This record gives sequence, structure tokens and C-alpha cells, in this order.
Amino acid sequence: MSLLAKGILQGMAVTAKNFFQSYYKKDRLPTVQYPEEKSTVNQFTRNIPFLVFDGDDPIDGMRCTACTLCEKACPPQCIYIIKDKDENGKPIKRPAVFDIDSSVCMSCQLCVEVCPFESIRMDSEFELSNENRFEGLLLNRDELLRSNEYYHEIHPLEAQETDDRIVAKEAEAAAKKKEREEKARKAAEAKKAAAEKKAAEEATAAEEAAPATENKVAETEAPKAEAAPAETAPTAESPTEPEAKQADAAPEPKAEEETPEEPEKKE
Amino acid sequence: MEINHEAILTQFPDLEWEEDTQSLIVPPEKAVEVVTWLKEHPEMRLDFLSCVSGVDYPAKEVKTKARNEEGKMEITVTQHPEKMEVVYHFYSMEKKIGPLVLKQRVMSRENSTVTSLTPIYRGADLMEREVFDLFGINFTDHPDLRRILMWDNFEHHPMRKDYTPPNDYDYEPTPHDDVIERAQEREKEREGQEA
Amino acid sequence: MSTETMPARGFNLSKDDLGADILEIAMGPHHPSTHGVFRMDLKLDGETVVDLKPIFGYLHRNHEKLAEDIPYPGSMPFTDRLDYLCGMTNNWAYALSLEKMLEVEVPERAQYIRIICAELTRLVNHCLLIGFFINDLGALGTPLLYALREREKILDLFETLSGARMMVNYMRFGGVRCDLPDGWLEECKRIVDKFPAFLDEYETLLNENEIVITRSQNVGVLTAEEATNFSITGPMLRASGVNYDLRKVDKYGIYDRFDFKVPLGAHGDCYDRFMIRMLEMRESIKILNQAMKDLPDGDIIGKVPRVFKPAAGTEVYGRIESPKGELGFYLVADGSTNPYRFKVRPPSFINLTALRHMCIGHKVADAVIILGSIDIVLGEVDR
Repeated sequence: MSLLAKGILQGMAVTAKNFFQSYYKKDRLPTVQYPEEKSTVNQFTRNIPFLVFDGDDPIDGMRCTACTLCEKACPPQCIYIIKDKDENGKPIKRPAVFDIDSSVCMSCQLCVEVCPFESIRMDSEFELSNENRFEGLLLNRDELLRSNEYYHEIHPLEAQETDDRIVAKEAEAAAKKKEREEKARKAAEAKKAAAEKKAAEEATAAEEAAPATENKVAETEAPKAEAAPAETAPTAESPTEPEAKQADAAPEPKAEEETPEEPEKKE
Repeated sequence: MEINHEAILTQFPDLEWEEDTQSLIVPPEKAVEVVTWLKEHPEMRLDFLSCVSGVDYPAKEVKTKARNEEGKMEITVTQHPEKMEVVYHFYSMEKKIGPLVLKQRVMSRENSTVTSLTPIYRGADLMEREVFDLFGINFTDHPDLRRILMWDNFEHHPMRKDYTPPNDYDYEPTPHDDVIERAQEREKEREGQEA
Repeated sequence: MSTETMPARGFNLSKDDLGADILEIAMGPHHPSTHGVFRMDLKLDGETVVDLKPIFGYLHRNHEKLAEDIPYPGSMPFTDRLDYLCGMTNNWAYALSLEKMLEVEVPERAQYIRIICAELTRLVNHCLLIGFFINDLGALGTPLLYALREREKILDLFETLSGARMMVNYMRFGGVRCDLPDGWLEECKRIVDKFPAFLDEYETLLNENEIVITRSQNVGVLTAEEATNFSITGPMLRASGVNYDLRKVDKYGIYDRFDFKVPLGAHGDCYDRFMIRMLEMRESIKILNQAMKDLPDGDIIGKVPRVFKPAAGTEVYGRIESPKGELGFYLVADGSTNPYRFKVRPPSFINLTALRHMCIGHKVADAVIILGSIDIVLGEVDR
């Protein structure tokens, strides 16, 4: 077998083809001259997380309620949250400290999946180099806060879906509230009516035989039981409504805390 | 596709079949004999050793709550003795059957020794070395038993349940204040010890 | 360590036989052709390898111990980092093991998406491997860059699908994380349709090349019996002529619905290993075309519990055919949300067992090719 033979010549033809076509075919030369020229970033790309806020003021519009679900779900434990307090020492639903150590973060997106408030999202910024290895790579709350508009800019599809979801949730919450009020009103009416009826019946029943009253009591108790959950329920509503967020308790944070590792919640 | 374990138990009546985990418990001194038989058995031909894993079970108490006959809650405490297991998963490439889970079990965590299957399955070589390295289980008849993933003069066996990893805050500070404080405290402690 | 402890085929040279000194050199850990931080301690007689000791652990992070301290779903992103070229198949192997443990049903659509992703991963891995293998042969750059160029297109697909190119973290217990974005399938079809043209070109470039043939034929021969005994799996096993592909044997997922062949080698040398990968890519394209044609609508994730808490004492060993071989996960549960024992059966680690056996008697330059043909990724070897 001679060394310079058919196979090698064939191969050289292929390389020559590649070489010449690289001048005019985009398929053959897909590289770009990086610092001068940047290829477009895919809108689905994920990198380091950031916090979304609504409106103009980052602090007031912050969606995060410092529920620490993401802190618990983070596999390399790069999130660090301290809850804010007002001047009386009462905790506010807002983080005072929200740090992400970007040198530890592995961009797995599990924090995004567990967040019930649509607050933490993935950035697509990739030029993250820094002069300071420790403090520089530690992103604090103010560095992490980005507006919803920015979110729409980098992930248009996902942001739109999130907004739709928030609107739907709010609508649902409002409908529920209305329904609940309606129920409460009806229950109150029923209670009133029942009480009146009971009073009237008691007056008559006093004269009649004893066993008949037992049934009546059972009947009158039923609407009471129905009315009971309506009085306690308002705490479980509208987590994403910014105004309601401050006043209302988070939607059962206890129950959520027990299951921080459940990533499919948002599906 | 499952392997008929009854046949194995007929051949070796003193082996134990664990129903919960569907595995064959083999005492270390009989391992080679059993495995050779399995490998040459015309219906099984377990010629492929897929996976060797060590498992560490320190002694522990398990408390289970259950209602007794009178309807009262009763706590029963079960003592689980300490043990070490080396789990082998066998398949047959020729017959395309498997798996057979075979466990060599030793009831002590110190100086636990099992028999190496490397003379029969040479694929076990690196896997058994890994078990030795990470669990500290010795293999008799292994041709080249030394550490594989950790460095040679490393002292512990990191996959054991009682292993505590070193505190690495000293040389790798993270930006959080309390972590730095802890590192400084340790620094002071160490200086105090030296002085 | 004694050098003669393992029975090795062929050479039994010592310096007394030849009257020459045996030279000991450490190849690696920063040698470019050891594919990462891998070291071979070689004993050379002239140019011939007399003994070889593979040394690794430089990337060891005790993935298995880490997994014991975090809940089951938290380990999913860590599996991407095992064999960092094939994130999708690693995810699948882990998901499959836990699904087996909890007996979770995976919906049709998710099964098809998984298969599409896994076969794309196979294309990525084999493409890259062939590139690096040729690189090891001495063809610096050119063929490797052609392979990288094609791989890039598939990585772009993964990026659109999961958000990341390599660390995909895409599969979940009971399904996949998100549905295919609009237009993804069309783009995927376009890329897969173009792939055979690239393969044709690549084969013209390499298959008949005399240098490739002389350098790799009859180098690092592993017979079928030896390969089985060494627990070799994957393309390397099939290059030795053993018909054992888990896609056909276990039929995990829905592989039984697809029509594809398992390429087998006849000699078990480096050239066969290289050709097997070429042929497997063609079979993968067949599977991809069938899967994309039949992709049904429906759910992408099945009914899964909110918290994963397998019963105490349950054990499971789940395995799939990753591009490098049999990737298995052995899980032991203790009734809590964290695994009690989390063991990975890494194919490239176990395939390395045969390295010493294959290299002894060959020249140093051949040892490099043999290592290249095993297809190791140090993230998986060291874990």
C-alpha cells in the first residue's frame, strides 16, 4: 500500500471543498469574531438567576416574599436569604438580604421551578467576569433586582406566559373572593332565617312532643358549618397581587416548606 | 427475564434469599464457589458483572409506632446491627437475562473483609478498588488493592456514614459574614493551640 | 506495586531480557491527549509499553456522598456533570431508576421526547469522540472542528429546549420539564435531515484514509470473551462482536417500537470501535426520524407524588444505554426524602479496566489511540 493513495486524496478533496466553501457558505464557517461581533442570545438560555419587580420602584414592586423555598431547593446552596423587619421588629414579607453566590450557582433552574410568586427567574447575561473573586461574584439583592420589562426583553415568550398566569391567578383569586363573600352573605342570611325559624319552631315545639326537635337542630347546624371556612379563608388568596402581598399572609408557607424539593409545582 | 433463584438455593441450600430486596446473601467464604457455578451454569451463564457497590449500615435503633391489640399506641424499638454490604449485579450477555443481585455481607464495620471476585470477573478490578477506597472494605485475593479515587495517604473512607468532611472554610472563604467569622474563630483556636 | 500482579497478554519483557533500561514516565495529568486530567504511569522499553497504570481521581468530588445529603430531585442537575457531554442520557438514567423504584408511569409524549433527546445526545457524543480520536491519531484540528461544527447545531437545539447547551437538567421523574417550544420539531427535523450528508462527507474524509487504517487496525484488540469478562459495555463491547445493546435487551422506555439495527464489529480493534460509532450514528438518525414522525400529543409529565419518599429498604438498579455504555444508578432508600445510598455505574470508568490489557505490547503512540477509542470523560470516571 503506497502512502499517498486514494483515501488520502479523497480526504484532501473534502478539506479543499470545506476550505473554499467557507468563504461563501454560512454553514461551513459558523464562527463569529467574538468581542467585536456577538451572536444573538437564544431567548431560552438560562444562566444566573435574578429577581423580578413590577412597576418602577425595585423595593416596593419586589415579588419576592422571602419564603426561602428557593434557598431550600438549591442543590449547591448558593442562595442566602434574611427576612426584612420593620422598625417594631415585626417581619415583613420581603428579603432584607438576598444573596446569590454566582461562583457556586450551577444554573440548574430548580429555584425558578419552586418559586410560587413568579419572582426568581433566569438571566441570560453571560459576561460575568469580575475582578474580585469573592465579593465581586456575590450578587446581592439590589444587583439581582431587574424590572419586568427587562424580563420581557430577554425571555419574551416565558415572560408573557408568566404575566398571563399572574393575571389568571388574580382573576381567580378575585372570583374566589367574590364567591366567598357571596357565600358568607348567604350563610349569614340562612343563619338568620334559621334562627328565626328555630325561634318560631321552638315556641311551637315546646308544646309538642320532644323527639321532633332533635331533627330540627341538626338541620340548623348545617349552614353554620358551611359558613365557618369562609371566615378564615381570606389568608389563602392572591399571592401575586402586589398590594395584597404586604397585608396578607403567604399562601400557607408551612405546607410549602415541607415540600421544597418538589420541582413540578409550576408545571 | 428474571433468574430462577430456586435453582441456586437447591444447589447451595445454606444461602439466604432476601425477599424484600430480591437478593442472594452469600457469605464471603463461599462467594467464589457460588459465582463460578453461576457463571458456568448452562441455563444462567452469568458472564457479565455489571456493577459493584458498597453499602454501609451503622448500628441503629428504629422506632416504629403501631397500634397494639387493645388499640393503644405502642412504640417498638428494633435494633439493627451494624453491617457492611458489597452488592454485585450480574447479568448474562449470552442468555440476555438478569439481574441477579448478590450480596456479600459482613456484620462488622471494622476490618470488614470480603472475597474479591476479580480472579473470575476482571471487570470487578476497578470497581472493587473503589469500594475499598471509599468504604474501607478489604478484598482478599484482589491483585492490586490500593486507593483509586482518593490520594494514597488519605486516611479516612469518605463514603462511610460516620465520616465528617473537613471544614474547608479556612482556605476557601465565602463572602458571607458569618462564614468568615467562623473561619476567623477557627484561626484563633488554632493559634491558641499552637501557643 | 508489583507490575506482574495482573496477568497480561503478550509481552513479558524485563530489562534483563533486552539489556536495556526500563523507562518510567508519567503521561498526564495535563497531557492533551488524555482527555482531561487522567494520568497513565507508563513503563517503557524503548517505545514499547511494558506496563501501564491508570491513575485518576483528580476530578473526584464524591458525587455519591453529595447526593446522600440532598433530596432526590436535587441530584438531577448533578447528574449532568457526570458525563458532561451527554447530559440528557444521564438525566434519563437517574429518572428511570427512581421511576422504577416508585413505579411511576411516564406518558407517551414524554417517552418520545426522551428518545429524541437521547438519540441526539448519541449523535453529539459519537461526533465528538470521532473527532478527538482522529485528533489523537495526529490529524490535529481539521476533522475535529468539522465534528464540533455539526455538534454545535444539536447543542443549539438543546439550548432552545432546556435553556442550557450541556448542563441540560431537562428530565424529571415521570416525564420531562417542559414541552417542546414552537418550531423546535421542525428545526430538529431540518438538522437531522442534513446530518447524513455530513456523515457521508466525514466518511469520505476518514474511512478509507490509509493513515487511519494503518494506525488503528489491529491496535488494542479485545476479543469478545475478554470484553465480556472485563465488563466492557457500549460501542466498545459491540466492536468486539458481542450483540448486547440495552435498547434491544432491556427495551427501556419505548425502544421496542423502533426499527433499528445494532452494528457489530468483527475484530475488536480501534478501527472497529471508530466504525461502530459511525454506524451507530446512522442508526440513531433512523430512530430519530421514526420518533419525530410518531410524536403524539399529550401530557409531558405523569402523576408523580409531591414529595419523593420511597419506602425504607427498597433498592433499585436502573440502567440505560448511554452513548458510552451501560449507565446505571443503584439507589437504596431509607424512607426519607434523601437517598440512603446513591451509586453510579459509570461506563467510561469501568471500560478503563481493559486499558492496561490492551496497551501492553504496543507503542506509546498507540496507547494514546487506544485511550481515545475507549471514549472516557473524566467527569464520569472520577465522579
